[in-house]
Amino acid sequence: MLTLNNVEVIYNDVILVLKGMSLHVPEGKIVGLLGSNGAGKSTTLKAISGLLKAEDGEVTDGNIQFLNADIQHKDASDIVRQGIFQVMEGRRVFEHLTTEENLVAGSYTRSSVNLRDEIEIVYEYFPRLKERRHQTAGYLSGGEQQMLAIGRALMAKPKLMMLDEPSLGLAPLLVMEIFNIIKRINEEQKTTILLVEQNANLTLSVADYAYIMESGRIVLEGAPLDLRENADVREFYLGLTEVGQRKSYRDVKHYKRRKRWLS
Amino acid sequence: MALFIQLTLTGLTNGAILALAALGFVLIYKSSDVINFAQGEFLLIGAYVIFGLVAQVGIFWPVSLILTVLIAVALGVVVERLVLRPMIGEPIISVIMVTIGLSSLLKAIVSAIWGTIPQAFPAFIPSAPVKILGATVGEDRLWALVIAVLMLGLFNIFFTRSREGIAMRAVADDQQAALSMGISVKKIFAWAWSIAAATAALGGLLVANIVGVSGELAGFGLRVFPVVILGGLDSIPGAIIGGIIIGLLEAYTGGYIGQGLNQVLPFVVLIVILMVRPYGLFGQEIIERV
Ligand SMILES: Nc1ncnc2c1ncn2[C@@H]1O[C@H](COP(=O)(O)OP(=O)(O)O)[C@@H](O)[C@H]1O
Ligand SMILES: [Mg+2]
Repeated sequence: MLTLNNVEVIYNDVILVLKGMSLHVPEGKIVGLLGSNGAGKSTTLKAISGLLKAEDGEVTDGNIQFLNADIQHKDASDIVRQGIFQVMEGRRVFEHLTTEENLVAGSYTRSSVNLRDEIEIVYEYFPRLKERRHQTAGYLSGGEQQMLAIGRALMAKPKLMMLDEPSLGLAPLLVMEIFNIIKRINEEQKTTILLVEQNANLTLSVADYAYIMESGRIVLEGAPLDLRENADVREFYLGLTEVGQRKSYRDVKHYKRRKRWLS
Repeated sequence: MALFIQLTLTGLTNGAILALAALGFVLIYKSSDVINFAQGEFLLIGAYVIFGLVAQVGIFWPVSLILTVLIAVALGVVVERLVLRPMIGEPIISVIMVTIGLSSLLKAIVSAIWGTIPQAFPAFIPSAPVKILGATVGEDRLWALVIAVLMLGLFNIFFTRSREGIAMRAVADDQQAALSMGISVKKIFAWAWSIAAATAALGGLLVANIVGVSGELAGFGLRVFPVVILGGLDSIPGAIIGGIIIGLLEAYTGGYIGQGLNQVLPFVVLIVILMVRPYGLFGQEIIERV
């Protein structure tokens, strides 16, 4: 459905951030994209959604294909109309609008649609939003704002929903709840999902396939089960340490690996 | 008592027209952070265009009215596209200078076409005196009040019920997020400028109908500043209530205390209110959750 081939992104004409990023998202699946801070995950999503241009970033090489057509030169509103919706990092709800007005804003590109029915679908996934429907979004809790951000995306009825760190700053129980709903949206609405996260454990538990990126390119990819077996992933993403290895050797390698992962 | 009612009606009328003009100002500020010093000239242009169409060209007034609104909308789009869009990302002060320049330019265009001598406005709104509760007011004032209130009501519906109106407020809140839902920020800016120009044109027409057409009208437009600062630069209800408050204040001071003072008192009240509420009466505070 979505394919990135060797994408290169440069900000302000000088800062090279994506250095040959390639990735494939098959229709109907949940694909995880993991990586530490500054790896270029958000930049990848913005390159796909066309939001890059508003930040003076540019795709300078490679291509991005959605449903077999190049989209890297389209602008953001065209891309939303084609069926890609990015839920931005940090929720970004419209603070001075009510919950319901936020949802209406989400449906902006779908002019001929019964708003009431669409809003009810969102409330089925997030009953808590219904209770807060007339409240100013800026005063919702962090979890409710994340639900609203996802609800806004549902209103656009995208073919591909891209979520940028939905777990950021939320309590573990809430994160579980939100991940379950993401899984349900994928199954019930047939929405393909590209999930950007730092929470490797949960991501690997819902994703069909996952990529790990580091300073602007993919360094590892595989099915969740295989990734869970990988020593580097276990150590740096799942926080598990191997027991019974020779210590001195491990320390050296640890240092080198840590440097590579976290630089 | 008759005087009080008379002053109240005058104040309400002026206030409602001020609110219309202020509304456009707030809209522009809210969506694009531009302080539009040319808002007064939009009033001026609206009044002169309809004057020209009705009194000079001789077009039936309802048709002229529609044409005037369309011309104002076009003017808004052109100004946004040619003057403001190239300024995106420039320092606030440069943008302010540009709108001040724009105001001189528009004023110059108006005096080049119509000269500087005040003219009588074509009387298509009846202005016979009417008696209400013992007070006597011109029927045109009542019409102005009714039209302004109606317009404000329509805008309220537009901003809270229509997708386009909600999108405008969304852009005001977070441009990048609005972009991510496919809202075209450029289109919204153009909308804001055209609505601002159109409402100001209507406001200009209503004032001109009461006081005649002259360069003075731009001065009426200048009074939107105390209004918007009082109501809060970014608040639509603030613009309306601010307009009414300033309108009434001016009328009461003018009537009870003396002409002249009525131009000053609004500013005194303004300063007092700003000391208590620095964002204006209804200005949006930055929401900080705990
Ligand atoms: N608008 C921008 N201008 C310049 N550099 C940027 C911009 N946005 C992000 N970067 C840089 O690009 C790199 C990747 O950032 P980002 O994509 O946000 O990473 P992640 O989402 O994985 O944390 C960082 O080094 C960051 O400083
Ligand atoms: Mg990020």
